[in-house]
Amino acid sequence: MWSTLLQSNTLWVLSSTMLLGIVAGAIGCLAYWKRQNLMSDALSHAALPGVVVAFLIIQEKNLLLLVIGAAVSALLGAFLIQWITNASRITEDAAMGMTLSVFYGVGVMLLSIANRSAGGNQSGLNSFIYGQAAAMVRSDVITMMVLAAIVLFIILIAFKEWKLFLFDASFAKGIGMSVRGMNILYTIILVTTIVIGLQAVGVILMAAMLIIPAVSARYWTHSFRNMILLASFTGGIAGGLGTLISAAGSGLPTGPFIVLVSSTIFVVSLLFGKEKGIVIRFIQFKIQQRSSYVKKSLTADKGGAQ
Amino acid sequence: MTYSLWIIITASLVGLSCGIIGVFLILRKQAMMADAISHTVLLGIVIAYMATQQITGVAMLIGGVLAGILTAFLVQTLSSLKVQHDASLGIVFTTLFAIGVILISTSVGNVHLDVQHALMGEITFIPFTTIDLPLIGAVPKATALLAVVLLVVIFFIIAFYKEWKITSFDPALAASLGIPVLFLHYLFMTLVSVTTVASFDAVGAILVVAMLITPAAAAYLWTDRLIVMLVLSGLFGVLSAIIGYWIATALDTSISGSMAFATGCIFFISFLISPKHGLISKRVQPAKVSEEHVS
Repeated sequence: MWSTLLQSNTLWVLSSTMLLGIVAGAIGCLAYWKRQNLMSDALSHAALPGVVVAFLIIQEKNLLLLVIGAAVSALLGAFLIQWITNASRITEDAAMGMTLSVFYGVGVMLLSIANRSAGGNQSGLNSFIYGQAAAMVRSDVITMMVLAAIVLFIILIAFKEWKLFLFDASFAKGIGMSVRGMNILYTIILVTTIVIGLQAVGVILMAAMLIIPAVSARYWTHSFRNMILLASFTGGIAGGLGTLISAAGSGLPTGPFIVLVSSTIFVVSLLFGKEKGIVIRFIQFKIQQRSSYVKKSLTADKGGAQ
Repeated sequence: MTYSLWIIITASLVGLSCGIIGVFLILRKQAMMADAISHTVLLGIVIAYMATQQITGVAMLIGGVLAGILTAFLVQTLSSLKVQHDASLGIVFTTLFAIGVILISTSVGNVHLDVQHALMGEITFIPFTTIDLPLIGAVPKATALLAVVLLVVIFFIIAFYKEWKITSFDPALAASLGIPVLFLHYLFMTLVSVTTVASFDAVGAILVVAMLITPAAAAYLWTDRLIVMLVLSGLFGVLSAIIGYWIATALDTSISGSMAFATGCIFFISFLISPKHGLISKRVQPAKVSEEHVS
């Protein structure tokens, strides 16, 4: 295992999946409080046609350009979801389901055209869509790092504003913040995170990177700041551990193992979490039961003595 | 019968059964549940394959249905533990899907199942595996399975028509009338899983979501009556299957992808021109005070 770890490419992959886990954990907290957990799922599927169109135009796998294509079509998807929800009686989850599946269908259509026209060149494209962290090279990782750093920077620099935006939008509006602008900025950084994660974990499992760490962190803290820190931390751990496990065997996919590590952390948090974990709640319940029982028996004793 | 006719028939059956089931997904506001189930049936199919070492319709159906019910159950459990509903959906389906992918890549060894096939479907191969039926002759296996599933779906919808109606529009009233809401929920999830598994071969996991949700959402914009919505949605499903096939042959591209694209087109047209809820009619007529509900 250590010999594979020491290969330089594994190190690059490891650092990129950890970084991805960290960024996705942080953004996931924003999505959690905006109650848009599944939006990430819809947008990661909606990115597919953009990736393929970008590939068809440039005819080679250049991560930055593919990411731009993905971002454009994911943003278009986000806009459509918003539009359909606002302008008709279709609910948001139906709009998301439609957007994700129709965009994905268009992507599949374009993909089979790309596969036909580009010859053997499309292999890199498939790994981009289905997620194959092992296929990443140094330049991909550097692109990812730069974009991830920008996203983290945006979250940190306007931390107070984000908090207001998420928890008291009307107050934020009242003190003159542009909620609309914040919404657009939020969608942009969400889409950026999703598209840089596509290559590492794939279209489908990207949602897990955003949702699971945030929900797990919720079981340990009430503070938004700590929640972000914790979600980033567990996201990074999941990214790193998942990559190590998949690197240890041969032909093991990276994305699914990252998700499994992540959901293991979630189950542990659900059971033993400090805030509202099942075991903690059970113990509190038992203590309360006992104390009320003791109280009751005490008053009963008094009553008997009188 | 000819090769392309079988493909059109199979695709239309997918469109019809998905369209009918989809109406209740829209009305019960569980569209994303279809997305979740369409992913997790992969796990059920893989496990059924590992248990029987062959891909048969029945084993796949049972595996897929069990996985679908497991998904619904886990989501329900997590929600009752105060996890946000959509978050619990996201956690459950990604985890089960991840387990499915890992199982495929380690033990099944890419022989008959691979992730890409499962996600995109391969309707062009369907006419090659046939089964002999009395009276009709050789019928593609997947088509026969879809026809049976369609009959099952229609049977359950007619048998519990009133119950579906009440539980979809007013679950609280349904519960107070003594209708087993939870049982119906799981029965419905079973129907969704059955339809998904049967459509799996034809359109694949993600595009079945398009067939489930989009025609029903389009029909929802045209009518306020449940029965009309059911008919319209089934019709839109069949229509998108045929248009999709036509687009696919014209552009020489993926049939299932084109079918999803066609559903999107139908929805978008409805979104623009439907007489009651379309954008244009809203622009022309000032908005009415109250929005009626489907009855």
